[in-house]
Amino acid sequence: MTKPSVRFLLARTGVIAAVSLLVVGTCFAEEGAGLQESGARVTNIASVQSGARTFFNYCAGCHSLKYMRYSRIAQDLQLTDDEVLKNFAPAGAKAGDLVVSSMPSHPAVGDQPAQGADAWFGKEPPDLSLEVRAKGADWVYTYLKSFYVDPSRPVGWNNTVFANASMPFPLWELQGVQTAVYAPAKPGEDAAVEKLVLSTPGKLTPAQYNDTVRDLTAFLEYASEPAALQRHSIGVWVIFYLAFFTLLAYLLKHEYWKDVH
Amino acid sequence: MATTPVRIQPKNRVLAWIEERLPILSFLSSHTSEYYAPKNFNFWYYFGSLALLILVNQIVTGIFLTMFYKPGADTAFASVEYIMRDVDWGWLIRYMHEVGASMFFIVVYLHMFRGLMYGSYKKPRELVWILGMLIFLALMAEAFMGYVLPWGNMSFWGAKVIISLFGAVPWIGDALVQWIMGDYNPADATLNRFFSLHVIALPLVLLLLVVLHLAALHEVGSNNPDGVEIKKGPKGSRFGADKPADGIPFHPYYTVKDLFGVGFFLIICAFIIFFEPTVGGWFLEKDNFIPANALVTPADIKPVWYFTPFYAVVRMIPAKLPGVIVMFLSIAVLFVVPWLDRGHVKSVRYRGLGYKIGLGLFALSFLMLGAVGAGLSTEYIPVFFGAAANVTTIENFFGRFWLFIYFACFLALWAYTYFGWEKTKPVPERVTTHD
Repeated sequence: MTKPSVRFLLARTGVIAAVSLLVVGTCFAEEGAGLQESGARVTNIASVQSGARTFFNYCAGCHSLKYMRYSRIAQDLQLTDDEVLKNFAPAGAKAGDLVVSSMPSHPAVGDQPAQGADAWFGKEPPDLSLEVRAKGADWVYTYLKSFYVDPSRPVGWNNTVFANASMPFPLWELQGVQTAVYAPAKPGEDAAVEKLVLSTPGKLTPAQYNDTVRDLTAFLEYASEPAALQRHSIGVWVIFYLAFFTLLAYLLKHEYWKDVH
Repeated sequence: MATTPVRIQPKNRVLAWIEERLPILSFLSSHTSEYYAPKNFNFWYYFGSLALLILVNQIVTGIFLTMFYKPGADTAFASVEYIMRDVDWGWLIRYMHEVGASMFFIVVYLHMFRGLMYGSYKKPRELVWILGMLIFLALMAEAFMGYVLPWGNMSFWGAKVIISLFGAVPWIGDALVQWIMGDYNPADATLNRFFSLHVIALPLVLLLLVVLHLAALHEVGSNNPDGVEIKKGPKGSRFGADKPADGIPFHPYYTVKDLFGVGFFLIICAFIIFFEPTVGGWFLEKDNFIPANALVTPADIKPVWYFTPFYAVVRMIPAKLPGVIVMFLSIAVLFVVPWLDRGHVKSVRYRGLGYKIGLGLFALSFLMLGAVGAGLSTEYIPVFFGAAANVTTIENFFGRFWLFIYFACFLALWAYTYFGWEKTKPVPERVTTHD
C-alpha cells in the first residue's frame, strides 16, 4: 500500500510526477479496506491447477465460466485435453466446449413461478469468468473465508464481506463451520458481527484451508484473464527489444546531431 | 518556417513521370527535409510526434478490433471477451487500443501544457492552437464513445450520466437526451450509433483536423523554448544562404530524435500493456468487467481519469445547468487564450513572475480538480481530517477553491498583460541553447 500522505505530496510536484503517480501509485492502493491479502499468483501453475481442482469439485455445479473453454484450460495449465475432460467436464463434453454449469435456472415470468436456481437461491448463480477482475483477488479470497452460520438466512449461511449473500457455503466440509460473535448492539441498530470463530473444524487445518482458497483465487484470476500468462512471458522480451531499439536510436541521434552547433 | 516550394527532379524515369504530374516527392520533401525547425527543441517537443504515433496505433488496432467486435447490447460484452480469449493476439490488440487511449490524453495534455509554457498559441500561431483545441474536443468525443462500446456496467452508467448532461439544455433537454440515445436509456440503439461515430465519423474528423493542424504549423513554422522567431533571425547556414541560421531540417535531425523518443515512450507503454494493463483500475475500471445492467448502479460512477477534471467542475457546481455551462466554459476559455494573453513575450523563460505562478497554479488546479473528479478527495479527506470530518463540506471547499483558481489564472493573465503589469526579461536575438 502506498501511504496516502506520500501520494498527496507527490501529486504536487508537477505534471510528470503526477501522471506517473497515477500510473504507478494507484496500482497498489486499490483493494478495499478490511480485505485479507490473497497471495494468489497466477503465474504459479501448480497453484492454479490445484485451484482448478477445487473449482470443478465444489463450484462448477452452480457457477459457469462461460467465456472459458476446456481446451484452453488444458493448454494453459499444462494438462492434456483428456485429463481436463475426464476430471473437470461433465460426461459427453468436448474439448472445445465452454465451461457452462448444468444448473437449471428460470426466473419467474408472468404466472410461472421461478424454477431451478432462481427458486432455490432467489437468483441465478453468477458466472465467474470475470469475478476477480470485477471484484479483485483479495475480495474473492476474503469472501470465501468469511461465511458463517446464520439460521435467519434462507440457505442458513451469511457472509461478513458480502452481507446477506444468497450463496450457500459449499466449502464448509473443508473449512469447517464458522460462527459469528456479535458485538453488543447499539440502541436502535442490529448487532454487528465482531469476529468469526471456527466452531466445528473441517477436513483441513486453517492453514491448509487458506492455501486451498488462495489456489482457488489464483484459478479464478487466471480464468478472468487467461492472457495474463502470455503477457508476462512475452512482455519481458518486448521490453528487452525496445530497450535495445531505444539505445540504437539514441546512438543514431547522437551521430546525426554531432554537426549541430 | 513556411513551406518552401521545392521541386524534386528524380533521376528515375518512372518517378520523374509521376512527379511531373503529381509532385508528391516535392510535397514530402517540403514538409520534411526542407522544413526548417528551430534547433533548440527540448523534452517538451516530443509529444506532438508521439500523439501522431498513438493516432496511428489507435487506427490500426481499431481496424483489427472492428473485425471481431459485435456492436449490440446482447453481443458487445461477450465479443470483447471473445477478443480477449479466443482471437489470436486479440488481448494484445485490445490492450494496445485501451492503453493507447489513456496515453493519448497524457501526451495531449503535456503537448497543450508545452504550448502554454512557451507561448506557442501566440501570433502567428493562433490557428494552430485553435485547430489543436478542436482536435482535443474531437478526441474527447471519440474517447467517450469508445469507452461505451465494451458495454460494461461503467460504460452504461457513464454514458447515462454524460448524455444526461444534455438534459440541462432549457426547453429541449429531455427530447435532446432521447434523440442522442435513440431510447429512454442507453440501449442497443445508443451502442450502435456510438460504434458508427467511433469507427467512422470521428476518426475522419480527427484525421482532417490533424492534417490542418500540421499544415497551419508548417505555414508559420514551429515555435521553440526561447519563443524566438527563427524566420526573423539571421539567415545563412551550411544548408543554404537563405536558410534560417537557427533552423535545422526536420528530416533527418528531428526524425532521428523523435525515433529515440518513440522508443522510450514505447518502453513505458509496453510495461503497462504487458504487466499492468488496467493500471489498478485507472485505465480499465473494475466495474467495466461486469456487463451493463440498468438495474444495478455501480457504487460510485466516475468517468475515466482523463475526464475527471471536467467532471469535477460539474460536481462542484450545485445546479445542473450552471454546472454544465461552467464545464463548457472551462474548455472554451482555452480557445480564447491567444486573445486573453496580450503580452508580447512568448516563452515562460522571459516572462514575468506572474505568468510563471499563473501557469503553475493552472496546472495544479487541473490536477487537483482531477483528484476531486476521480473521488480521491472523498477517499483522503477522512485520512487527513479524521473519520468525523464532514467530507462533503471539505470536498466542496477544496474543489471550488481549485475551480476558482482555474478560472482566476485566465482572468489574471488578461489583466496582467492588458494593463501592462508584466515585467518581462529581454528576449534574445537568437535561440540560446540546442540539444
